[in-house]
Amino acid sequence: MGRKRDILIAALILLALWQAAALLLDSMALPQPWIVLVDIGSRIADGSLLDDLAISTFRALCGIGLALAAAVPLGLAVGAEASLGRRLSPFIYLLYPIPHVVLLPLIIILFGIGNFSKIFLIALIVFFQILVTTRDAARTIHRNYFHAMQTLGATRLQIYRHVILPASLPKILTALRISIGTAVAILFFVESFATTTGLGYIIMDSWGRADYVALYTGISCMALLGFALYLLLDRLERRLCAWTRSN
Amino acid sequence: MIRVDAVSLSFTHEGEVSQVLQGISFAVEDQGSCAIIGPSGCGKTSLLFLLAGLLQPDAGTITIEGRPRTGTILQNYGLFPWKTVIDNIGLGLALKGAPKARIRTRVEGLLAEMGLAGFGRHYPAQLSGGMQQRVAMARALAIEPQILFMDEPLSSLDALSRERLQNLILEVWRDKRITTILVTHSIEEAVYLGRRIIVLSRRPGRILEIVDNPGAGDREYRQTEQFFRHCNQLRRILKEEDDGPQA
Ligand SMILES: Nc1ncnc2c1ncn2[C@@H]1O[C@H](COP(=O)(O)OP(=O)(O)OP(=O)(O)O)[C@@H](O)[C@H]1O
Ligand SMILES: [Mg+2]
Repeated sequence: MGRKRDILIAALILLALWQAAALLLDSMALPQPWIVLVDIGSRIADGSLLDDLAISTFRALCGIGLALAAAVPLGLAVGAEASLGRRLSPFIYLLYPIPHVVLLPLIIILFGIGNFSKIFLIALIVFFQILVTTRDAARTIHRNYFHAMQTLGATRLQIYRHVILPASLPKILTALRISIGTAVAILFFVESFATTTGLGYIIMDSWGRADYVALYTGISCMALLGFALYLLLDRLERRLCAWTRSN
Repeated sequence: MIRVDAVSLSFTHEGEVSQVLQGISFAVEDQGSCAIIGPSGCGKTSLLFLLAGLLQPDAGTITIEGRPRTGTILQNYGLFPWKTVIDNIGLGLALKGAPKARIRTRVEGLLAEMGLAGFGRHYPAQLSGGMQQRVAMARALAIEPQILFMDEPLSSLDALSRERLQNLILEVWRDKRITTILVTHSIEEAVYLGRRIIVLSRRPGRILEIVDNPGAGDREYRQTEQFFRHCNQLRRILKEEDDGPQA
């Protein structure tokens, strides 16, 4: 496919730029990409990197999954049920602009320093992004779609399944796309302290030890994780929203 | 039998009450065909919504004897863009919990009947306007209705597809013995398809005249003198209304 080729070319160009910058700078702080790639390969081979990659992926996916599971049903209901919208929208209005990341101390006091706190913070931040988009998507569905369902004798639940959810899905997936970037950023933040596992830990640890190759291994894997999630979402979108490409 | 008795309807918009329909009374016998015509914005869609039970009148009554099954074709946004043609047509049956095999045979029959064979897996946006209207018709017919409500189903079509679909509506009415109520702004269409023609005034819609048009229902009717006479009669009534003092 042309798109895949273009992405590959872009990746090669970025690697070439990195290589050129590394040669020009000739500094410990910017190792050449192939050295980093070799490091990644050997760490994967001896298994040490896989654990960190797995735990980071796990935290990111759980956070996003938890956020989706809560935000989509709530957002759809708040958007589609006028009375619920009137009652809950003021709360969303007040709570959404808070930088939720500052709640970290509170979350740790409540849930400890284990995985759950990390996942919870990711989920909390992504939750609001998806909630607001989902609500707005559900609120702007043309009323004729509802009339059409009524003429077919649909129940409220059937209207959710056949109209409100599918009509909102493209916008939900767009919100999710933005949320992936946020989730990986928060992942780095929550893995940068009080843990000895995960890609964020690798980055902080090797930074502290001035082990620049390992530092770039961590950074590259973090980037790859974000990219992999992005690809996954692409797949999902193609599956679920085939109709948007027919317009 | 559909009986409309002294029905009035108004909308409240930002505290202002505006009358849309006023003292509407008429009747349509079983297996009859009725066309509703009138100036733009006079309340035709609102009247159809009242008949289809999507709106309730402020005053007056609408009686439909014997709780018949009804099918409805809405003016715009009737089809669900996120569902394939097959899923759009089968939706009414699916919502009623019909077995999958029965839905499939019914949908396949309708695809053939409506000249949509081979387009079942397309999305509405991939079809021409005429085909979309045939999908809407197929969806309304899928539940084997005894009454068919149609709101300007042909207004966005070119002359040729329009005529073809008018003939299709005629066949549906004659062969399936379905009571049809058709909203239109085309004089020729009203006379070709409506044995009884309800002419509405400018907003607020009142009945200007009920024209009995017993010749309708024959393919050759378009070529008859009677057809032209009725067309001219309607044109005169509507023109007088248009020229009259502004309400
Ligand atoms: N939900 C609503 N709330 C407020 N006003 C409405 C609503 N629906 C319709 N109206 C108003 O009622 C009037 C009649 O509308 P309606 O859609 O029934 O007219 P129509 O004859 O079908 O028009 P058209 O020929 O353009 O389809 C219009 O002036 C419209 O603005
Ligand atoms: Mg209308």
